[in-house]
Amino acid sequence: MLRSMAVLGRYTLFSLHEIGKASIFAFNGIKNCFLPPFFFRETLRQMMVMGFYSLPIVGLTAIFAGMVLALQTYVGFTRFGAESAVASVVVISITRELGPVFAGLMVAGRVSSSIAAEIGSMRVSEQIDALRTLQVNPFGFLVAPRIISGVCTLPLLVLVADVIGVMGGFVVSVTLLDFSIGSYITQTVKNMAMIDVISGLVKAAFFGFCLSCFGCYHGFCSDLGARGVGDATTGAVVSSCIGILVLNYLLTALFFGI
Amino acid sequence: MSKIIFNNVHKSFNNRLSVLRGVSLTVAEGESHIILGQSGCGKSVLLKCLLGIIKITSGDILVDGISVKDSSRSDEYMRKFSILFQGNALFDSMTILENVEFGIRQIRRNDKGRIREVAEEKLLAVGLERRVFNLYPAEMSGGMQKRAALARAIAIEPEVLLFDEPTSGLDPITGGKICHLLKKTVNSLGVTSLTITHDIRVAKFLSDRASVLHDGVLVWTGHTGDMERCGNEFVEHFHRASHAISRRRVLE
Repeated sequence: MLRSMAVLGRYTLFSLHEIGKASIFAFNGIKNCFLPPFFFRETLRQMMVMGFYSLPIVGLTAIFAGMVLALQTYVGFTRFGAESAVASVVVISITRELGPVFAGLMVAGRVSSSIAAEIGSMRVSEQIDALRTLQVNPFGFLVAPRIISGVCTLPLLVLVADVIGVMGGFVVSVTLLDFSIGSYITQTVKNMAMIDVISGLVKAAFFGFCLSCFGCYHGFCSDLGARGVGDATTGAVVSSCIGILVLNYLLTALFFGI
Repeated sequence: MSKIIFNNVHKSFNNRLSVLRGVSLTVAEGESHIILGQSGCGKSVLLKCLLGIIKITSGDILVDGISVKDSSRSDEYMRKFSILFQGNALFDSMTILENVEFGIRQIRRNDKGRIREVAEEKLLAVGLERRVFNLYPAEMSGGMQKRAALARAIAIEPEVLLFDEPTSGLDPITGGKICHLLKKTVNSLGVTSLTITHDIRVAKFLSDRASVLHDGVLVWTGHTGDMERCGNEFVEHFHRASHAISRRRVLE
């Protein structure tokens, strides 16, 4: 009994220690976003990596999510004679939930891991020490540009995902489920509320912060050696995905007054 | 006049693993000093303590009278150094010209007009040709990377140059060329230098004065030519072992 209590206590202390470390790291990262010198070129490079190069994967995820959603909703709703609600379900689900969450998770898998691997390798090869000797704050050069890029590009990616996702639902509904083009578009526009789109974009900004921050944190804290970098990569993806899902719940509760 | 003073420096990790135990050493201004020792004896930790990358547990390190622990003068302290890392530590995402420019840009923020000119000048000075300026570090050989890293180190015009195992990972011919280049560079700049190595031939070539670190303790300091008969058992054994390896290589 005492032994299991000790294990539980150790685990709790370790978890609190890690949360504290990550919170201080995140705070330092945010602080350095507002402190000069600003590395514009590095920030732009990160925006290309996170935003532009993530477009295909986010687009593909969104289109299939929209298509599956239209099919499933149609199958379910025909039982109650409510097929006409397919367009509204698709647009609300995509803009509120599926667009931001799927885009966040896909970008977390693609970008968070690569950030952790890149920074972890830089740590192993003493590039971070080299930055310090050149009087460059590693937080300013490595963390701040990635956080800024994450916060700025994720909402844009989600906007694209929203459009493509709704289009996916539209294509399936019109070609396979015999909806008329006009009525589908009318239903979509009628049920598309600005709060849904905006809440999705705000969520995306938080997801962008979460995935870039966890990527940097795991990279900076990686153990030396190939295994350390590998573990950091895995840790970054797992933490980012969990962070995104937790944030998603909290922001949904906040936005929709629950 | 003393440039660097290590004053009874101790470093232990997690209050258990003691890596440096009471290291005291003085390096004069303009001197080229070598720190020799086996792998894992604490040489690189000592260098990182000097740079403030690793915090010392007790004791002090002074450079021109400024303490490594004085956070209010940390910029002034750090500006005195430049280091050639063991693995070169060139930034992968930049070409070598950008690597050198990056270093200069951080140090000389008010002289942006001449950054490219100075960077090219330094790369040419270390023997790199213009055609390789736009290559990324991964596209270059170890010797070329070492030259590029040296160009980045000298471009910021330091007062103290630090070399961490400057010939490691290089073949003997390239290693020899790099040694000549380092000696030429240090002499032409007239800076103080501190080199860390386990190679006695490199030590003897680069400087007359050396110290030997063994298990975190500085066991000997003196003229490199006196190592063979210095009276310290470990230093003499280290010297003999290095020469035995050299002879074996020649026989092979």
